[in-house]
Amino acid sequence: MATSHPTRKPHDMGGDPAGPVDRDEHEPTLVERRIDAMMQLLRQKPRAFWVTDENRRTIESLTPETYRDSSYYQKWCLAMRSLLVEKEVLTEDEIEARLAEVKARHRKGGGRP
Amino acid sequence: MTARFRIGDRVVVRTDTPAGHVRTPSYLKGKRGVVLRDMGDWPNPEKLAYGKPGWPRKTNYWVQFAMDEVWSGNGAYAAGDTVVAEIYEHWLEPDTTPETAS
Repeated sequence: MATSHPTRKPHDMGGDPAGPVDRDEHEPTLVERRIDAMMQLLRQKPRAFWVTDENRRTIESLTPETYRDSSYYQKWCLAMRSLLVEKEVLTEDEIEARLAEVKARHRKGGGRP
Repeated sequence: MTARFRIGDRVVVRTDTPAGHVRTPSYLKGKRGVVLRDMGDWPNPEKLAYGKPGWPRKTNYWVQFAMDEVWSGNGAYAAGDTVVAEIYEHWLEPDTTPETAS
């Protein structure tokens, strides 16, 4: 059992009981590819909004429940959202407004424009 | 920056629990190991994580730990198994305890 530390975050799980390792592999899905592409675009010059360590710090700051229940790329997506706001590239309001727009489009069965 | 440790040096991982992003896993804190390899000097990732340039650079080491040292018999591993981790110099102290026969 790993020593318990007051600042231990959800990713710091070495030694915790976790069952067998899931070694299943799959081809990246379309949405995973899109999240990956978006991350590359935000991380590369000329934007280079953040570095990998900032991405890690943000993912480690997810609540233990969100960390446990989110897939690898879901964590990336949550980190992107949080870092875009932190870096003042987008505001929460802008993100929420755009999400509402996209959801409305999907409800009408429109999908992507 | 001059490397603080040499290959073969016995080291112990600091037990600090700072808030924020750290690159040392909790399960290795307080554990004793041996420097296996000097991986060179790098911007400090614990500063990079907050948008800082990461200076001064820190030497990163491969440190080898006996599984027995880390897990004290809890878990499935064979006698003589080891674990190697990348640890930055500021997380390491010289291990000054007498060498145990192994």
